[in-house]
Amino acid sequence: MAGIRLSVPQTARKGEVIELKALIQHPMESGYRRGSRGEQIPRNIITRFECLYDGEIVFSADFHPAIAADPFLTFYTRAVRSGTLAFRWTDQHGEMWSDTATLTVT
Amino acid sequence: MKKRSPALAIAAFLAACTPSPTDHAGLPSADVRSGYAFLTAETQAMQDDSFANPGYLWVDRGSDLFESAADGAPSCASCHSEGLAGVAATYPAIDEDSGDLLNLEGRINQCLMRHQNLPALAYESDDLLALTAFVANQSAGMPASVSIDGVAASHYRNGQDYFFTRRGQFNLSCHQCHDQNWGKRLRGDTISQGHGNGFPAYRLEWQTLGSLQRRIRDCDAGVRAEPKAFGDPAYIDLELYLSSRASGLEIESPAIRR
Repeated sequence: MAGIRLSVPQTARKGEVIELKALIQHPMESGYRRGSRGEQIPRNIITRFECLYDGEIVFSADFHPAIAADPFLTFYTRAVRSGTLAFRWTDQHGEMWSDTATLTVT
Repeated sequence: MKKRSPALAIAAFLAACTPSPTDHAGLPSADVRSGYAFLTAETQAMQDDSFANPGYLWVDRGSDLFESAADGAPSCASCHSEGLAGVAATYPAIDEDSGDLLNLEGRINQCLMRHQNLPALAYESDDLLALTAFVANQSAGMPASVSIDGVAASHYRNGQDYFFTRRGQFNLSCHQCHDQNWGKRLRGDTISQGHGNGFPAYRLEWQTLGSLQRRIRDCDAGVRAEPKAFGDPAYIDLELYLSSRASGLEIESPAIRR
């Protein structure tokens, strides 16, 4: 189970630019490190992040091995209508974690 | 005139360099400052924003664990319904039943075993870190204030001795870096005063949350001394000395440290 923390305003005025924050617990193991016995630690990273506003992608990011553990993103979108913001992370093995927040636009 | 032997001269020189065990001049209380003061502005901002601070992933997890227990055992919340605000600021503390000195991790494990009939959690396991961070976070902003009276007095002296004893291949004591040379540079880093008020803390070097004992083990390894095992009584005594030394500093857990 991955821990996820989201910061999404509950309400916004129509046309307002809102700040969104998304944090997920993940080791983001680069694949370049070695353990205490000299064995290579296999790469284990999230490769894709997407934020969907009522099903439409408003922000996405490709992650690479140099991204730190527990990756944290802050980004912005324009509030156009009341709806659901879905945050979705996919790792290199295809495993997916997601969480949603509801935004009311007045 | 008698010539002084070289051995005596060396002994006299060493005595002048090394403080005697009873002469422990620590950090003046007016100079005490948190590890927060030694961070860059960016790292301070990361700690202050509870969404940018990854330590809160463990606080969240700890909150869930606090409310529910495995295998039908009573939850932590069933006893501690009022929460535990201010408690972490008084740890390590003497357990009245056993007379032992317990740090926060030890206290949580003792509750699990004694009241919940659950096995103790391993040090640095995500569950123990989460519960510790959750309990410590409830004291955030409150000043550290441990008791060093009565039974705790001997633990305090042991911890103080550990702090002032030179160890490892580098032959350095905690005191030499964190009392005498804080604020100066060590390689690319500024030496802090070595307070534990932010722990469990998210350390950027670790890329994860870790306990104060993990941090102390790193310091011991840093002076090339053999680190003690997690939960070693000497480390718990040292935690008591550190907390007392940090008296008045606000609890910051989960802090961000380098």
